Amino acid sequence: MTMTRSYPAHAHPLWRRVLMTREVAVIALLVVVVLWASATIPNFSGPLTFPFLILDSAPILLIALPMTLVIVTGEIDLSVASVVGLSSVLVGMLHQDGMSIPLAGLIALVVGVLCGLLNGFLVAYVGLPSLAVTIGTLALYRGVAVGLLGTTAVTDFPFKWTNLIQQGFAGGRLPFVLVPIVVLAVVFAALLHFTSFGRGLFDIGLNAEAAHFSGVNVARTKLTVFVLAGAVSAFAGVYYTLRYGSARGDNATGLELQVIAAVLLGGVSIFGGRGALHGVLGGVLLIAVISSALRLENVTVNVINIIIGLLLVLSVMSTSLLGWASKMRRGAGVRGDHARPQKRRVTSSPLQ
Amino acid sequence: MSETSTQREPSSVDTGTAPIVHPSSRSPMNRVLTTVVRSREIAIALALLLVIAATTVTTPSFLFSSNSWRDLLLTPAILILLAVGEAVVVITRNVDLSVGSTLAITAYLTGRLFVDQPGIPIVVVFLAGIVVGGALGLVNGLLVALGRVPALVITLGTLYIYRGLVLTWAGSNRINASDMPDGFLGLGTKTILSIPVLTIIAVVVLAVVGYFLYTSRSGRDMYAIGSDPEAAKLYGLKVRQRVVGAFVLSGALAGLSGVLYAARYGTISSGAGVGIELQAVGAVVIGGVAIFGGSGTVWGAAIGAVLLVTINRALPILGIQDFWQQAVVGALILGAIVLDRVLSARRSRKLIEARDAS
Repeated sequence: MTMTRSYPAHAHPLWRRVLMTREVAVIALLVVVVLWASATIPNFSGPLTFPFLILDSAPILLIALPMTLVIVTGEIDLSVASVVGLSSVLVGMLHQDGMSIPLAGLIALVVGVLCGLLNGFLVAYVGLPSLAVTIGTLALYRGVAVGLLGTTAVTDFPFKWTNLIQQGFAGGRLPFVLVPIVVLAVVFAALLHFTSFGRGLFDIGLNAEAAHFSGVNVARTKLTVFVLAGAVSAFAGVYYTLRYGSARGDNATGLELQVIAAVLLGGVSIFGGRGALHGVLGGVLLIAVISSALRLENVTVNVINIIIGLLLVLSVMSTSLLGWASKMRRGAGVRGDHARPQKRRVTSSPLQ
Repeated sequence: MSETSTQREPSSVDTGTAPIVHPSSRSPMNRVLTTVVRSREIAIALALLLVIAATTVTTPSFLFSSNSWRDLLLTPAILILLAVGEAVVVITRNVDLSVGSTLAITAYLTGRLFVDQPGIPIVVVFLAGIVVGGALGLVNGLLVALGRVPALVITLGTLYIYRGLVLTWAGSNRINASDMPDGFLGLGTKTILSIPVLTIIAVVVLAVVGYFLYTSRSGRDMYAIGSDPEAAKLYGLKVRQRVVGAFVLSGALAGLSGVLYAARYGTISSGAGVGIELQAVGAVVIGGVAIFGGSGTVWGAAIGAVLLVTINRALPILGIQDFWQQAVVGALILGAIVLDRVLSARRSRKLIEARDAS
């Protein structure tokens, strides 16, 4: 086949491609909200707001990183919050049996990896839809966590550790948990945007079959992202346990929805193949700042939930509304450069 | 995944050569028999009977005491309604995660109506629940159909929004049994010919929806849409209309189950039905409805719901702490989808062998 038409490398100049993106829009919105809150809410610019914002949203920040990779490949992991709960329960029980916190945390991490392996194996090698698999493991992992501890809670964690979590650099203004967050954010950003593994993730999300034929090991790549999600969720579980000084079976219930909401708000396409980590971080922080600002204004959690839900719906609708608008502008016959590929889910062909 | 819809139209296109689809050489009776024996619904029903039998052998009072027979039928009623609505949505290759929040809204609405409008007829309360639930489902359906966004995302959002609405509305208020008339609460436990009223309602709904899906034009359209949305559109089916319809049905049934929830439990707080959407999806998946649409029946989903609820009730009796219930539910869902995969792989291998042989 010969190319009969030549395309320019890029339709728009560099600055437009960098600035006129969904990710930058989210970050700009974040800046606007921060400025608005600092100006109008008395305590928002106080020294306590930022540390608590980070301490409270650390699990979501952490899990959003691997979740981005999972969603970019066109899959989804609903079981992350259950892994947080399971890891929390394990740390609590092992500590109760006299094990040191670092060792207990390490074992929880291993179990997190195993949880991710089970998800990834069923999705990548058995070929089951990730939505169904992770709804199942959501119930399974949570069930094991609740089954192990019942309604009891382990709360007698050493002060040394629970206190350490609350402390931070610069007199507590930069909580220590920022270290793993920043390190993991850099690692995941490098992995997603600057390695062939990351390019493979986008390829799989756009067209798994084409990715396979261009030499991407689709199954192993998918397995890897699910294992990463399991491991980071388990780490978040250890953090969660020490942050709140309590290991319970129902810890972090429903967190998966907040993580997915933040990732999608940050501009990652639920169809896969599109997204960037800076947008995701912007999305997580946007939700965190709005919640924190509204809480300072004494708005109840219920209203905050409504706002998060509305943001999620509006943000996913905006993509199709914008696409619709630009289609109207371009005229129906011309296919846009950025036209999203139509539904790509390949139904099993008889030839397979 | 799509055998139901491909078998639907006997091929009348080919006029010249031999027919593409040969009529089955087996007798109709034989065919019906094989279909029934091989059906997923029978397999789950057998599993259900096995659970009941095993539990009854250990503890005869599970089945043979005055209340247990009633409880066996009564407890699954609400989940059956949710699972039926969820099954219709899943058959169109969508999912509705907001049913738990919808249930909470209409359950609280029911209580509120009895508190604020003393003497309100019970029928009006039922209608209000169904209409409000249907309206919430309509919002889901319109957002999904017009926004061309996966239902998972939209209903995840409305799960938050609807739950937030009921939390704001109810606050920490709690509606107690004493706020509701006895005639209404009686529905929750009353039996006709030793069958609980709630179960009768659930079974009637199941039969109507099942008949509609199996025979009506729009019901068959839903299977076609779930099998292949693009093809359904090219074929000229009203894809958007059907998808919106499925969501309205799911919302209306969730609304109805909210009213029944109020009658059954008598105490309603804003936390009613938290997490029940996963049980509904679980029941649907266990019942053999493919998560990517196009196949499965509401009968299967309903039996799946009964199986889930019954296992949950049987576990403590079998000596397993009830904390492990959720783990069992998860293992069941995983087992069901792995089984589906194995069976469909075997089926497609057989089809290929049959084709190669001819």
